[in-house]
Amino acid sequence: MKFGVVVFPGSNCDDDMMHVLGTVMEQETVKLWHKDDRLAGFDTGDCIVLPGGFSYGDYLRSGAIARFSPIMNAVVEFAGSGGMVWGICNGFQILCESGLLPGVLLPNSGQKFICKNVHLSVTSTQSPITAELKAGQVLKIPIAHADGRFYADDQTMAELRANDQILFKYCDEAGAVIDSANPNGSLDAIAGICNRQRNVFGMMPHPERAAEPILGNADGRLMFESLLASVSAV
Amino acid sequence: MQIVEPQVTVSTAQQLGLTPEEFEKIQEILGRTPNFTELSIFSVMWSEHCSYKNSIIWLKTLPRDGERLLVGAGEENAGLVDIGDGLACAFKIESHNHPSAIEPYQGAATGVGGIHRDIFTMGARPIAALNSLRFGNPELPHTRRLIRGVVKGIGNYGNSFGVPTVGGEVYFNDCYNQNILVNAMSVGIVKVGETVSARADGPGNPVFIVGSATGKDGIHGATFASADLTEDSAEDLPAVQVGDPFQEKLLLEASLEAIKTGAIVGMQDMGAAGITCSTSEMSAKSETGMRIDLDKVPTRQPHMKPFEILLSESQERMLIVGHKGREQELYDVFDKWDLVCEQIGEVTATGRLEFYQDGQKVADVPAEPLVLGGGAPVYKREFKRPAYLDQIAAFNPDSVPVPEDYVATAKKLFASPNLVSKRWIYEQYDSMVRTNSMGTNSPSDAALVRVKGTGKALSVTTDCNSAYVYADPYVGGMIAVAEAARNIVCSGAVPVAITNCLNFGNPYNPEVYWQFVHALKGMGEACRRFDTPVTGGNVSFYNQSVFKDRTEPVYPTPTIGMLGILDNFSNAMTLDFKQAGDQIYLIGPPCTDLGSSEYLRRIHNIRFSPAPRFDLEEEWAVQEAVKAVIRQGWAASAHDVADGGLFTALMESAMVRSLGFEIETDPVFRKDAYLFGESQSRVIITVSAENEDEMVNYLNSKNVSFSKLGEVKGGSALVDKTDFGPVAGWKEMFDQTLGNEMER
Repeated sequence: MKFGVVVFPGSNCDDDMMHVLGTVMEQETVKLWHKDDRLAGFDTGDCIVLPGGFSYGDYLRSGAIARFSPIMNAVVEFAGSGGMVWGICNGFQILCESGLLPGVLLPNSGQKFICKNVHLSVTSTQSPITAELKAGQVLKIPIAHADGRFYADDQTMAELRANDQILFKYCDEAGAVIDSANPNGSLDAIAGICNRQRNVFGMMPHPERAAEPILGNADGRLMFESLLASVSAV
Repeated sequence: MQIVEPQVTVSTAQQLGLTPEEFEKIQEILGRTPNFTELSIFSVMWSEHCSYKNSIIWLKTLPRDGERLLVGAGEENAGLVDIGDGLACAFKIESHNHPSAIEPYQGAATGVGGIHRDIFTMGARPIAALNSLRFGNPELPHTRRLIRGVVKGIGNYGNSFGVPTVGGEVYFNDCYNQNILVNAMSVGIVKVGETVSARADGPGNPVFIVGSATGKDGIHGATFASADLTEDSAEDLPAVQVGDPFQEKLLLEASLEAIKTGAIVGMQDMGAAGITCSTSEMSAKSETGMRIDLDKVPTRQPHMKPFEILLSESQERMLIVGHKGREQELYDVFDKWDLVCEQIGEVTATGRLEFYQDGQKVADVPAEPLVLGGGAPVYKREFKRPAYLDQIAAFNPDSVPVPEDYVATAKKLFASPNLVSKRWIYEQYDSMVRTNSMGTNSPSDAALVRVKGTGKALSVTTDCNSAYVYADPYVGGMIAVAEAARNIVCSGAVPVAITNCLNFGNPYNPEVYWQFVHALKGMGEACRRFDTPVTGGNVSFYNQSVFKDRTEPVYPTPTIGMLGILDNFSNAMTLDFKQAGDQIYLIGPPCTDLGSSEYLRRIHNIRFSPAPRFDLEEEWAVQEAVKAVIRQGWAASAHDVADGGLFTALMESAMVRSLGFEIETDPVFRKDAYLFGESQSRVIITVSAENEDEMVNYLNSKNVSFSKLGEVKGGSALVDKTDFGPVAGWKEMFDQTLGNEMER
């Protein structure tokens, strides 16, 4: 299995992803340049990561310009053929803007950028990044975003629930999904979702920032381990 | 187009901030009267901001040598310290006070952008940012507006740029009501031998401008920074620059990639005084000159006048001197990152800066006389002891009543904006990007930043309690350094070097200058004792507000940004109490001292009192003892006693895990001084019962005072058997107070 981390102009978590996937998880990982229009050397057993950051400065709606990058055509095609695509923070926003995932990410309800640890409750284990976790398991993972309020219309929300596409919800330390533990006003406290085919997943929290004991928190590593385990199980 | 410029007279010079004597000197240097463009060049280069003309004499008295220093203070855009493993750390702090006071969002944002550029222009990748902020009374709507703007500015710029804000400090005091202070620090890493110098060697080599186009923003910004902030300053809005962190991110990546090609001779970012400053400083350093065609400079609007292009402080620009014949390699890199890279001239052997527009020579000035260390003026200012020091000397602690209700007093003190958590502020900063922040889940007195690929971390902090410096500039200057060092030692690291940001009032005011001189003396003495040389920094004078009947300088605020090295992760130390049963010790001398404490200001409304007790040798002994206790593995936590005194420090350690504590005060000392006094050189250590004897034996063998305070116990704070209530309740107050104030 191979990982490709897309570098958009303004991506700033690309190096962090390279570090965790390459150095910490010891996986073959390469950077992909946004101007490339092909994913050379990747097949459907591989995973493309859209990292966090402020693509194109995010002066327009977050992710709205990056979705027009040449490489996104290839990413959409790759996803369509069953390849895994994982978007984190800005990557999640780009996936929603490009239509690979439903919904949008609006400015936080508090109208401020927020960077802090939050707790996530695993809602669905039916995805590569949650397959090895337990439903209701609580993970401490940091967020860092200004536009993380997940929103979708009623019909989309109903589909997300019906198809078990909600991967993570914001919760308190004990796992209770309550308003005071929802940092950005996301609908239904949604922190991460997957598509219907379950090969495209997006989330606002940053597991790559919580994947090493030296940083005092390795909860995020569980998602990387789950992904690797579920691929090798196939 | 015919260029029409004003006639130059001595009054033109004065309008640009130059003195009649300086105007005469310029005429002497040129052998003629300068034209307006040339006069503008001199005015910015000879402004305080660029020339350090009123401070350089005293800056040179600071210790500036050390075996780890790879470049001397002031030689490059930032200090460079060898950290081992073939790596060096470039770091610097700089002020952006005046722009932030007028336009807080852009002022603070461009302050962050500017300091990062100073780091990556040397070839280092910024890995951490810190800041030191001073605001006025937070109860004033004006202050809250400034706080919101500054915090958003720092956040939006740093978050987008992708460098974590890992530490900092925020103080509130009425003296900053009009003139806030915004000091930003950047810390970067570079391989030794792969740095780039700000030089313009090799006549015939091409000169490029890269990054953003040049606009009319920030013109005369350097001059603006070198004048009193007045009621009319809001009219100077065009002197404030506008930031674009996205451009800066591209510029960072492209610059580091361009350096790798080897096609770069020298590089300097454009900050204060824009093209003027970068061309003159690079030329002067290499004893060369430049011929620059201003028509080639990409501009944001047509018909910009020569002085506007030369003085523009448009952000996110670099001046690069490349090797002739290798231009294409540079074009390729900047093209990849969609950045403009335009050749605007070439290096010459004339020693002069020659600027052309429309085929006409619009300015012709020698480089050397423009720059600091060259021909820029150097002044010795007079100073005299400030009158207010008599009021400070007159303070009588016996006039301060002892509290009747210690719980109520502690609560009122603890809710001070200066003591409560700055969570509302720092949660708006990305503190974790780059995945090196060891403090996210385990806080320390200084921020520990892992250096990937090594077993090391940097330990960084910014510190200055300006109330101490106001009370006694000499002692306060020493304390600022000592506290920074103490914080680094408490994180398990060893202090290595400092950068400083010297925020003072008007240097032409002899009382202000007295503060400056004495603060520097104290700072220098402490730096020598801790072997932490000064690698650079910046001076910001004219921080004062002018009213109809008086001027009020800010408290003298010489902010210290200190770098330490943690050579082994296993020595990393945190500040939080770990478990019930751990014993609480105080290393350092308790004493009856209330001087300049938050307690005196907040509880007793006393503004004039001496600096806290401080003895440099005692401080050294305490820090050595703390270092040893940590390295021996005895300490479970280490936390410096600072603002708010012992009680506040205990509570800060207790709140992280909501663990309680029980302590006894020492009846030898006045109880309010014991709990709330801020006498220096004290550190709270907790130790497990099993390590206690060993630690005590060790401390007994050293010439350092220490005492047992009590133990970590339960969930409440007990002082002399009095229940101060659950720590969780204090934590709630600590976390929420500032946010409630800001959101009301």
